[in-house]
Amino acid sequence: MTERRKPTRGTYLVLGVPLAFLGVFFLLPFGIMVATSFYHRIPGGFYEAGFELASWRRLFSGVFLERTGFSLLISLLAGGVCIVVAFPFTYFLSRMRRRPHVALLIVVMSALSLSEVIVGFTWSVLLGRAAGLSNIMVWLGLMDEARAYQPGFLAVLLGLCYIAFPYCVLTLYPSLSRLDREVTEAAQTLGASPWRTFWTVVVPISRPIIMAGFLLVFVFTLGSYLISAILGRPEHWTLSVFISDQASFNANVPFAAAMALFLTVLSLAMVGIVMLIESRTRGAA
Amino acid sequence: MRAAKWVLTTVVLLFLLAPLLVVAIVSINQNRYMDFPPEGFSFHWYAELFNDIGWRSAIQKSLTVATASAALAVAVATPFAYVLRAYRIRLSPLLYAVGILPFMLPPVISALGAQVFWNSTGHAGQIENVIIAHAVFFSTLPLITISLAMETMDPALPEAAQTLGASPRTTFRTITLPLLVPSMITGFAAAFVLSLNEYIIAYLVAGFSVETLPIKIFNSLRYGFTPTIAAVSVVFILIAASVFTLFAIFGNLLRFLGADPAILDRQP
Repeated sequence: MTERRKPTRGTYLVLGVPLAFLGVFFLLPFGIMVATSFYHRIPGGFYEAGFELASWRRLFSGVFLERTGFSLLISLLAGGVCIVVAFPFTYFLSRMRRRPHVALLIVVMSALSLSEVIVGFTWSVLLGRAAGLSNIMVWLGLMDEARAYQPGFLAVLLGLCYIAFPYCVLTLYPSLSRLDREVTEAAQTLGASPWRTFWTVVVPISRPIIMAGFLLVFVFTLGSYLISAILGRPEHWTLSVFISDQASFNANVPFAAAMALFLTVLSLAMVGIVMLIESRTRGAA
Repeated sequence: MRAAKWVLTTVVLLFLLAPLLVVAIVSINQNRYMDFPPEGFSFHWYAELFNDIGWRSAIQKSLTVATASAALAVAVATPFAYVLRAYRIRLSPLLYAVGILPFMLPPVISALGAQVFWNSTGHAGQIENVIIAHAVFFSTLPLITISLAMETMDPALPEAAQTLGASPRTTFRTITLPLLVPSMITGFAAAFVLSLNEYIIAYLVAGFSVETLPIKIFNSLRYGFTPTIAAVSVVFILIAASVFTLFAIFGNLLRFLGADPAILDRQP
């Protein structure tokens, strides 16, 4: 669509319906959540309207800061691991013949559509003692006895990488598959080895998209819930688990709302950085 | 480089496929307790899935939520994407940002927002609350696919219709809308599959009264593993893989994912 028409009154009516829907069911709930974060909590029960900063003050409590720090750390690690594996993988993938190319993408998309609960369940089986990887090792004679690797920190990290990896590949894929082949061919004609081309040409060109992919995994894993709930102990719980735990079991909805708003600001800052990077690359192209 | 390429691709493929293989094996294990190597083989965990009232009701609820919320998401996103791309609307980048915001934020935020919203209306714990919350959260997907289709649409087609005397309404109904149908289906499919698998929003909005499949799986995990969980996982994986395979065959999966069409044509 090149030329955009002038809107009429009917246009605004058509636009009004989806806007009203999002307004009532997204912006309004968000507003109520903001209000709730200032409400008064009745211990052991519900909450009542009011204005106090108690829930916001609790954000500076030890437990919350510890959960935030842990969530940031494990999300940064997941982002790092994912990008280090996904970048060369997507680069190789984008240069494959059509058949393996499509087949691999279907595997990636299928992994993406797996429910977090199923990913958590399967990895808890794989890392467990009953029917897991260590049983295969014992069966092959490589290990003496089966061991359980979950719950634990590495199990949570592995699970987070599993759910984030497909999103990371799909973020890198468009720009890597559009990467001008003449550039890499030129480097090789001038005598660079494939590895040298990869490190000195492909990686530097792709620096913005690498950053975007990393931040995307970071935001995505920051919001994950079930992986750390299934594969971790309480000390491995992320902010999302902590928030929904406060909202359901501890019945401290005002505190949960304050934490959710904190998480919103944190995620928006990250999304803002991604958008800034993307607009800059588009400007440069 | 060639060796590295094959090693990396194989390792990633095994990593992505490992959970799928595990559940497939566990789901046809005859024994109630999971063990390796499996003893005997049977399909009765699949039969239990359809005979057990609890599992059947969870499957029905999940399919209802996924179908209704994906349809609602497309119904909201289509006029939104169309008007923002076809007309000069002030603040249109801001409105578009509002449309993609729910999906950009961690789901727990939408979940908690919907929870306090429905609590304040006194209409808590209903299945329609989950449908609406999912529709809001996943409407971003059809919004993106339909907006992309609007951008790549040949502007000569609706113009020709109007030159030939068609009213804007007729042009929309007979030209623009049919051209948007593939992107609407794509958006529907993406929203459907993700809604089917969504846990935290469904749980916080109505988890205690509306037990969808992911909630049911998570609840039964607490009482230990049963091969039924594996069987239900296999069914889900098959649904997802067949949706994307159909996509690759009938739609253009690669272009949808953003590959450069000119480069693809050069590859055999």
